[in-house]
Amino acid sequence: MSDDMVTLSIDGLEVSVPKGTHLIRAAEAAGIAIPRFCDHPLLDPVGACRQCLVEITDAGNGRGFPKPQPSCTTEAANGMVALTGASSAAARQAQADILELLLINHPLDCPVCDKGGECPLQNQALADGRGETRFTDVKRTYPTPTPVSELILLDRERCVLCTRCTRFADQIAGDPTLALVERGAKQQVGIYPDEPFHSYFSGNVVQICPVGALTSADYRFSARPFDLVSTATTCENCASGCQLRVDARHFEVKRRYAGEAPDINEEWSCDRGRFGFVSARGEDRLTRPLVRRGGELQPVTWPEALAAAVAGLTPALGSTGVLTGGRLTLETAYAYSTFARKVLRTHNIDFRSRLASDEEAAFLAAYVVGRPDVTYADLDRAARVVLVAFEPEEESPAVFLRLRKAVRKGGLKIATIAPYRSRGAAKLGAELLPAGPADVVNALAGLTADENTILLVGERLAATPGGYSALAGLLGRTGARLAWIPRRAGEIGALVAGCLPGLLPGARPVDDPEARAEVAKVWGELPAVDGLDVTAMIAAAASGRLRALVTSGIEAADFADPALVAAALKTAFVVSLETRLSQVAAAADVVLPVDLLEQQVGTFLNWEHRTGAVNQVVDHPRLPMTEVRVLAALAAALGTPLGFATPEAARAGLLTLPRYEGERASMLRIEPETALPSGVVLASWRELLDDSRLLDGAGHLVATAPPAVARISPQTRRTEGLATSTFVRLTGPKGSVTFPLVVTPTMVDDVIWVPARARDKLLADIGVDVGGAVTLSAAPDPKKEGEE
Amino acid sequence: MTDTLTPVLTRNWGTDRSWTLDAYRAQGGYAGLKQALTMSPKAVTDLVKDAGLRGRGGAGFPTGLKWSFVPQDNPNPKYLVVNGDESEPGTCKDIPLMMASPHTLVEGVIISAYAINAHTAFIYIRGEVAHPIRRVRAAVREAYAAGLLGANILGSGYDLELIVHAGAGAYICGEETALLNSLAGLRGQPRLRPPFPAVAGLYASPTVINNVESIATVPSILAYGKDWFQSMGTEKSKGFTIYSLSGHVARPGQYEAPLGITMRELLELAGGVRAGHTLKFFTPGGSSTPILTAADLDVTLDYEGLAAKGTMLGTKAMQIFDETVSVVRTTRRWVDFYKHESCGKCTPCREGTWWLAQILARLEAGEGEPGDVDKLVSVASSIGGRSFCPLADGAVACVTSAVKHFREEFEVGYTTPAWEHLPYAQSTLFAKEVRP
Repeated sequence: MSDDMVTLSIDGLEVSVPKGTHLIRAAEAAGIAIPRFCDHPLLDPVGACRQCLVEITDAGNGRGFPKPQPSCTTEAANGMVALTGASSAAARQAQADILELLLINHPLDCPVCDKGGECPLQNQALADGRGETRFTDVKRTYPTPTPVSELILLDRERCVLCTRCTRFADQIAGDPTLALVERGAKQQVGIYPDEPFHSYFSGNVVQICPVGALTSADYRFSARPFDLVSTATTCENCASGCQLRVDARHFEVKRRYAGEAPDINEEWSCDRGRFGFVSARGEDRLTRPLVRRGGELQPVTWPEALAAAVAGLTPALGSTGVLTGGRLTLETAYAYSTFARKVLRTHNIDFRSRLASDEEAAFLAAYVVGRPDVTYADLDRAARVVLVAFEPEEESPAVFLRLRKAVRKGGLKIATIAPYRSRGAAKLGAELLPAGPADVVNALAGLTADENTILLVGERLAATPGGYSALAGLLGRTGARLAWIPRRAGEIGALVAGCLPGLLPGARPVDDPEARAEVAKVWGELPAVDGLDVTAMIAAAASGRLRALVTSGIEAADFADPALVAAALKTAFVVSLETRLSQVAAAADVVLPVDLLEQQVGTFLNWEHRTGAVNQVVDHPRLPMTEVRVLAALAAALGTPLGFATPEAARAGLLTLPRYEGERASMLRIEPETALPSGVVLASWRELLDDSRLLDGAGHLVATAPPAVARISPQTRRTEGLATSTFVRLTGPKGSVTFPLVVTPTMVDDVIWVPARARDKLLADIGVDVGGAVTLSAAPDPKKEGEE
Repeated sequence: MTDTLTPVLTRNWGTDRSWTLDAYRAQGGYAGLKQALTMSPKAVTDLVKDAGLRGRGGAGFPTGLKWSFVPQDNPNPKYLVVNGDESEPGTCKDIPLMMASPHTLVEGVIISAYAINAHTAFIYIRGEVAHPIRRVRAAVREAYAAGLLGANILGSGYDLELIVHAGAGAYICGEETALLNSLAGLRGQPRLRPPFPAVAGLYASPTVINNVESIATVPSILAYGKDWFQSMGTEKSKGFTIYSLSGHVARPGQYEAPLGITMRELLELAGGVRAGHTLKFFTPGGSSTPILTAADLDVTLDYEGLAAKGTMLGTKAMQIFDETVSVVRTTRRWVDFYKHESCGKCTPCREGTWWLAQILARLEAGEGEPGDVDKLVSVASSIGGRSFCPLADGAVACVTSAVKHFREEFEVGYTTPAWEHLPYAQSTLFAKEVRP
């Protein structure tokens, strides 16, 4: 027996657990269930509900405790003898007494309570409670429900004050605006009047509430737990790879809970992943193919639509681009990769519907694809993490939670290369390495790192020319470990599937003859030179050099120059595969409707390259086809069979490719720009809850988003003559946009930060990329202006 | 030798302007500090340990031993926190001491902080008691001005900052971990032990928390020595202490006597139960300690003697109730207090006191239902021993002990209001004025 293990006896069963393990966990290890409410394995123990009392006849020192002890706060000790309610009358009595006390003020509204049917209190009351209450006195009552945010409602009468929610808010999310107020029998969960519980993680409190006290405005009263069918799946909202449990009824998803995934999201999910699943329920859902006739999109039959697509694509073979967006499953991405190469005979394919560069593509091919180096567990153990152009709370919330846990529990030190110390960075206790967009290269060059440093790099590094080159230099110089964490769920899968103009599946460079030859066995002979990347494709399509585009799940606003995208869509022949009528689909010549993610199977690869299964949650008989099936039909109509027609077969096809052992793509070194823009430089990133179309319909969720504000330093406020203004107008070559002004002390001078896609305030509309210069001017309060 | 009063802490309470530095010095004050500063901190700790001083706040933990638990190799600062959150019904010793002789406390703080190598000390005083807070703050100002606090105290090279903190009015903040939370600006609720305050107390640093009276006793040990201290009290309960007598006693007040004095002796010193009446029951150590009756008058008032009777020395607050008192009413008032003061953290205390209070209200009003007394005892047993901190044990102690001694009187509550059974006017001190 090693020194760090202790052996004890619980209900006569001998169990060995690591030193420091609480008795309740030791009992679980022995397969013994102890009732509990406040205990939660991922929260610090509190010992508040007292439901888990056990009898300890020997504390390991030969003496027992005269009183029953809470197993959630008592550490297991060598030689300890503990008896749970299963074997001790005293423990059983204590538990029964506590249960009775918990129920005296609890309403008997189980029949109308959301939790009824999956409620620990209900279950324990049925198992161990009295048939009839002895309590004949007056119950505590409250007005109900009390909203703690637009999204989360509190029924105080049902609350057993276990403080799981308040501890979650404080310890896990770092948003301690949900707290206890009052004392004694009047103690309750509450918020400050003007500070609602706005947290990106607020939905977790609904899930961990052991009673029906916390409910979500979205799900409340919409289903009974016993009518729901649960399916495990992987979240499509970001590249974290969170495992979810999706509950559906009558062909409709009712709610999504965090799944249990200790290696990934543990038992948490962000609110976007939890509540942002209704976007396809609007009027714009596509179920029938559309073809442009006489300038208007008209519903047609599938054969008509395929014929129209063939008519447009056939003359454009070899002059077609494929834009796949970043949200496809690995299987669908592979289908597009196959479709582009095998059917359209082109390498013009790119998954990046965002700011992108050649330098980034080269870096991804050389350093990222197929080279997973860091896992969530590594973050737990890490000594130092540096965030590079990456805001985990906004861009990968599960990574944020894991980092926060490591900071709290493991002493992790975090530094962030960013223009200011964001809310998320502050919650991570991160040291700010201040850098505006143009200074990132210098910050990377000056960064001290070693092989114990983990660099978490976001996709926004592409906004800084020379950024990825500096990163490559840093990796070579220091041996630091790297994880590239994109925002979208499908980007790693798209990389692996070869959805880049210079990259074939399995990290094979297009310009490597051996690599090409391996793929050619499956796809036939391939062009030897790289295709066009996304930027080049849009420019070429707009100018008429590229004759057709096949698109999936992209939006004009995703790009730095939406007007150019619109021109490209207008000029080229466009086949759009979509779930909803988007701006892109509306401009297409042929629109082919496809299944929602919840209707198909597949795989997401998260930032760790970890496989996350996407399972079919609803199976409605009247649905379109999967994207893979539609591509297969289109390929067949074009005369070149795709080779597969289902996601499963696509996966099998990808797996038939041998593991690539050849040379990887080489890095493209770019020198940083020396001519820095004069004036105030624009910095920006997308926030978790913004104008994303995936959030359509999730009004309660979006209402909890932080207000969209512009941030500048006190110094910049003075130099720009904004000392008295509360609003600021940013002006670029194409327009201007106004934000409330917040002076942020940690902000780099001569930089302004605004959210990229605030509702109704698209940064793309002003025509300035991140890193470009904007003109600032004082603006009146738009609300007051409207009143006057 | 336990038959006389031994005024040490209370000795100067009657002198003119006893709360001033001059008055305190005139009767030998700060001699203990001067003695302490000639010794090493460890020697001071050992002296207090050897003298056998036990905590006067209720639990009776050896004070010097508590000091010796402070890990001196811990890199964090060490803190001394004095618990002056005296709020228990019946308890009235720290507040008069702080009113009458705040410098006794300040001197004790300096010596004790020196002993544990603390350079910051706090006196946490119950928020409602504005006058003692002012007195202690004035004494601290005087001490700073006289070089007894601050940098280089009396030229010794020892520095100490002393902060007087007023609580926000919560009984639970007398529980040491709740006090530390409150002092740190957190919610006044007890927290898990371990870690114990000696290791991770205030601001997660090594902290000693002692009761006002314990700390105030320290200067006398330094001034007069451990033999003098041990000459009083019993084998295991050394020294003297302040007993507060209240209720139906001829001369209520604070009586300083050696530990081990009997209740009978103490009651005689106070002139006995008010004239014409007989003792019905009394609390030995405040409302949290199980009550005793006239049959227990010969109990020795020390830690061991009362434990043998199934009760506790507690805060040595004897509330004396004569035969006119309704034990039902008394118990109800106490339970209402605990219900009001429960912090709400744990289920048994929060929900249990809510329930007990309602049953007792029914019984007092003569609206009890048959079985209510059993239910009362049963609910009390659901609470006792199951709570997070000892507050709930204190809350049910009066219930179970009162029913044990006076069950019939509670059963009267099935039919008759307590105010009819034992008219309340009879138990007031000024009953004549309201009698018809």
